[in-house]
Amino acid sequence: MWAYIFRNLLQRCVLLFIVSILAHSVVHLAPGEPSEVDPSNPRMQPEDIAKIRAAFHLDAPIHLQYMYWMRDLFSGELKSFKDSQPVLPKIWERFLNSLPLFICATLLVWTLAFPTGIQAAIRRNSAYDRGSTFIAYALISIPGFFLSYIMILLVVDLFGVPVIGMRTFGMEDASPLYQNMDRIWHLVIPSLMSALAGIAVLSRYVRSQMLEVIGQDYIRTARAKGLDEDTVIYHHALRNALLPFVTLFGFLLPGLIGGSVIFEAIFAWPGLGRLGYEAILARDFPVILTINFIAAALTLIGTFLSDLLYAVVDPRIRLE
Amino acid sequence: MNNKQPLQSKTPAQEFWYLFSKDKLAMLGFIVLLFLIIAAIAGKVLTEWTVVFDPSMVRLVDKFMPPLSTASQYISLEEIPKFGIYLLGTDELGRDVFARMLQGSFVSLSIGFVAVSISTFIGILLGGLAGFYGNIRLGFISVDTLIMRFTDVMLCFPTFFLILTVVALLPPSIYNIMIIIGITSWMGTARFVRAEFLALREQDFVLAAKALGLPEWRIIFLHMVPNAIAPVLVSSVIGVAAAILTESALSFLGFGVQPPYATWGNILADGKNFIFDAPWLFFIPGIAILVIVLAFNLVGEGMREAMNPKLRRR
Repeated sequence: MWAYIFRNLLQRCVLLFIVSILAHSVVHLAPGEPSEVDPSNPRMQPEDIAKIRAAFHLDAPIHLQYMYWMRDLFSGELKSFKDSQPVLPKIWERFLNSLPLFICATLLVWTLAFPTGIQAAIRRNSAYDRGSTFIAYALISIPGFFLSYIMILLVVDLFGVPVIGMRTFGMEDASPLYQNMDRIWHLVIPSLMSALAGIAVLSRYVRSQMLEVIGQDYIRTARAKGLDEDTVIYHHALRNALLPFVTLFGFLLPGLIGGSVIFEAIFAWPGLGRLGYEAILARDFPVILTINFIAAALTLIGTFLSDLLYAVVDPRIRLE
Repeated sequence: MNNKQPLQSKTPAQEFWYLFSKDKLAMLGFIVLLFLIIAAIAGKVLTEWTVVFDPSMVRLVDKFMPPLSTASQYISLEEIPKFGIYLLGTDELGRDVFARMLQGSFVSLSIGFVAVSISTFIGILLGGLAGFYGNIRLGFISVDTLIMRFTDVMLCFPTFFLILTVVALLPPSIYNIMIIIGITSWMGTARFVRAEFLALREQDFVLAAKALGLPEWRIIFLHMVPNAIAPVLVSSVIGVAAAILTESALSFLGFGVQPPYATWGNILADGKNFIFDAPWLFFIPGIAILVIVLAFNLVGEGMREAMNPKLRRR
């Protein structure tokens, strides 16, 4: 058990190292440099560009640049190219902004997808099943920003829900209660919109898992014992159908970064995805690379946790 | 013989079609897809080879005309659209939206198909190598470990963020977008193919083929790949849908296919700026993308169900 955990962690560290090298090479070998973001600026002289390149170590060979990046990252001294602010506090601040959005969206996905999927599986081929199937496919297939714009058009006039930013401008003097209510109010639409696709995908998955389990022999046995249908479904079937969803926890964490770019751009949410987008626009290599590094680390931690959890909940699995 | 056992005389393809055609949603998606593929080919022919609908003709007098409106009399004779009406209206430069959508249908579909061809090719190649030659050791590491660890590395990247980074850094070009979407989405296919190959390698028919002394490429491509192809086909049909959505998301952020190419994604992304003045510029491409992606997803799911051996036995 402990040998497995140790070996697994070691493997993941090696993977993370390879990911960071790959990401670093992709970003640095692609054409386009921070010094070229604003070529039309007349004040930008060749000597300025040379100065910038020297300051950012852009003249050094690529493996040295990688060393510099790693050294600065782990000593916490990594500075952004754009505004010379330290990268880690910058990311941490944006991370705290993204977190409530992520938590709300995740809660919405997991609380709505399970009832929908279970009902669809129990009433297989009913009107409810066909309807929810079709709606789920429609939600998977619609471009997220298209649906969000339609939603914005509908709800802003009808309910007056705010759709821009995290808080109302000029509320700094209000009491903390009102400020918090204002922030929650701002969360509603962005978290709902970023949850919709997830609800659709997960409810389909729940449905197929439930169907798989309901066809098993032990469910027939439970029915034959004369148990009532609710006990059969929620006690015997659901518990077994839940097993694979433990692995999905692993894919939750990286969604914090990758999935949020579009929705944070639509709703002007100052979160991590938006920070990444701005960094890409400015060719801010340290920020891009560090966000990518954190995302990869989160993925590895997530899959590691889900492997462990799987062994905990499923006694048939032994970690060796 | 056919009269005695009509059920068993069905070829797998016939049985697949029988099950597939019973699924109404999937059939609907299939018909829509056929229609769209015809539209895409027509779009290529009618907007580039023989210019019947000119997507790049700018008519500033006739800007923001709603759908089905007739051309004004202020434009010159060669600027008048076919039939004298703008079927789907005009945009902010007075370009015919119908012509742009026609052109975009070919570009959007080809982005999906090319990206998926690339990812399927890489997936089958790497998955097949790992599955068939997995035991060969290269120094201290086996081929299987090497390829599957590389797949894990690729899975660690936040895909959309990676695509965005590379597309933003490279010079904007439609081919770059196709290639990048392709090389960041092969991991699922590689895993399927490897799993199928590991199972097939132990089957008797492969052993028989080996005993006959067939060359390895024949065993792999003529005997094993056709047996492993079902899940790959399904995931590539769904992959086309995902690629079209990715392109539209890139367009929304301003990194999509650049002019003069029109895609449904960038028509939609441009149209969002005129959502109040000219709602058709926003809703027509948006609904078109919804329909095409939905069609691909429904067909993919229908294929998955029809190829499911558990359903066949019933």
